[in-house]
Amino acid sequence: MNLFESFRSGVQSILANRLRSGLTMLGIMIGVAAVIVLVAFGQGASNSITGSIEGLGTNLITVFPGTAGGAQADANLAVKDLTVDDAVALNDQVLAPDISAAAPTKRARVSCTAGTLSHSTAMVGSWPAYFEISNSEVSEGGYFTNSDELDGRRVAVIGKTVADNLFDEADPIGKEMTCNGVPFTVLGVLVSKGASGFGDQDDTIIAPLTTVRNHLTGIGSLDTIAVQAASSQTQAQAQEQLTAVLDARHDVEAATRDYQIFNQASLLTTVNQALGIFTALLGAVAAISLLVGGIGITNIMLVSVTERTREIGIRKAIGASRRVILLQFLIESTVLSLIGAFFGLVLAFLVTRVEVAGIQPAIVPASVLGAFVISVGIGLFFGSYPANRAASLRPIEALRHE
Amino acid sequence: MTPVLDLVDVTKVYGDGDAVVRALDGVSLTVNTGDYLAIMGASGSGKSTLMNIIGALDIATAGQYHLDGIDINTLDEDALSIVRNRKIGFIFQSFNLIPRTTALANVELPLAYRGVKRGERRDRAKAALTAVGLSDRMHHRPNELSGGQQQRVAVARALVAQPSLLLADEPTGNLDSRATADVLKLLDQMHDEGRTIVMITHENDVAQHADRVIVLKDGRIDEDRLNR
Repeated sequence: MNLFESFRSGVQSILANRLRSGLTMLGIMIGVAAVIVLVAFGQGASNSITGSIEGLGTNLITVFPGTAGGAQADANLAVKDLTVDDAVALNDQVLAPDISAAAPTKRARVSCTAGTLSHSTAMVGSWPAYFEISNSEVSEGGYFTNSDELDGRRVAVIGKTVADNLFDEADPIGKEMTCNGVPFTVLGVLVSKGASGFGDQDDTIIAPLTTVRNHLTGIGSLDTIAVQAASSQTQAQAQEQLTAVLDARHDVEAATRDYQIFNQASLLTTVNQALGIFTALLGAVAAISLLVGGIGITNIMLVSVTERTREIGIRKAIGASRRVILLQFLIESTVLSLIGAFFGLVLAFLVTRVEVAGIQPAIVPASVLGAFVISVGIGLFFGSYPANRAASLRPIEALRHE
Repeated sequence: MTPVLDLVDVTKVYGDGDAVVRALDGVSLTVNTGDYLAIMGASGSGKSTLMNIIGALDIATAGQYHLDGIDINTLDEDALSIVRNRKIGFIFQSFNLIPRTTALANVELPLAYRGVKRGERRDRAKAALTAVGLSDRMHHRPNELSGGQQQRVAVARALVAQPSLLLADEPTGNLDSRATADVLKLLDQMHDEGRTIVMITHENDVAQHADRVIVLKDGRIDEDRLNR
């Protein structure tokens, strides 16, 4: 009796009890699908958040004004604003060789109209370098230039959402829009970054800093200075040089520092660690349902052994060894488990096509492989007790069984 | 020549202490190749126990049992299954075919356990079913066959592996008179071909088919006679 024939007889006896086998498989199917789907959602969430953090800019370091303990935590500390001169200093290739670009930003809430359409959004005033620092490329039209910035021209580059809301189907390039009463000419439309955990990244307008300050916000403190490290390897050096330059200019040291640094790389690491734990927990919860499914297999195989006691007796009387009986029941439980796992996989593939709460699940190949290996393991492990019972039945007693 | 069956002072005791039951109490018996033996006895006489021991389904408590020269008492469970497979063909009162499995597959089973290749197995099983007159019922399942037909499938299954001993336990107990005649005729035919048959029965006219009849009483051989 070779393995292939044992396999065939396993499939036959599964088919002989379709409803019961189907219900048992359902347990494994749900377990496997749960593991794959939940891990896929964890991975999808991780991809989405990682993507949106990376969408903020490449090798981005952001400087905010204020002390670490909150604004004006210590009244004795004179908090200096971040200034355009700070940004200029950070662009110094001698003092900060690992910083490739730095650009000051100033934000304004604006409500814009174009023709009959209107839309409220945030306008970022900055330098042309900001486009590269923030990973903002135009898909149509062009960028504003340094001379636009110096002269304070009323030009802007708009995000996809803004373009859709203000110009609908029409081509916005060269068109006018009025934001808080100030007319702007649209120079370009940004490539879509998509919506994410950080909100709609396409709902933005970028305009020259001078224009925004002159017409919308006034000359106050800057909101941030966006800094780009030359490469991901030199982020740490870039951050050191950044603090050295700003500490000198603001005349502060670590304890009295009046600005804060937000480093994208370290945020990514932290977020990925947290999401990894989250995904592992989801997988573990799902694995419990797989365990329950496995117990279902034990249960049904025990029923099957009891029900087929006489058959086992007959087989033993005509010469089946312990090994053959053991193998027959083990294969049966493993095939049951494997078929369940296969349908679970199909179910998981169907479910993960659906986007939930803005998260597109990403199937992790290791979870598919793992679920299959585990389900074979479940078949063997949870089938071994009933199979052993069958194999060690004494033939005369088994034959007498009604 | 080595006898097929050689039992010397075989004893089987169940239970212990006060509840001891001596199902067999010193049975000695020799059966040679080509013999046709009937074992009779009232219920409780020990004939089922004797049949289990002869069939290597159970081990004697004391005494010697050699089947085809093999000392059965010294074998472990796995070796016993090999002996059952190669040396003994069982025919049971309640047919004991594997349910939901075709007649052909049932007959193939002993050969499958022996490791005979598929093609050869199929040919031999077909030949055995033809020999019992069921060539047109090979692909029927047990529940699609009459009792007599099921018992003939069982005979084919017992014969297919060419065992040294055909062991029939009340083979006609569940059959009507016509099917009984069919099966007994089949056994006579096997006997004429030189097979060794041991049949357990409580019916005198069934036992008449055998050459030799032993009658058990209280675990001992009470009578041992030749029919012709």
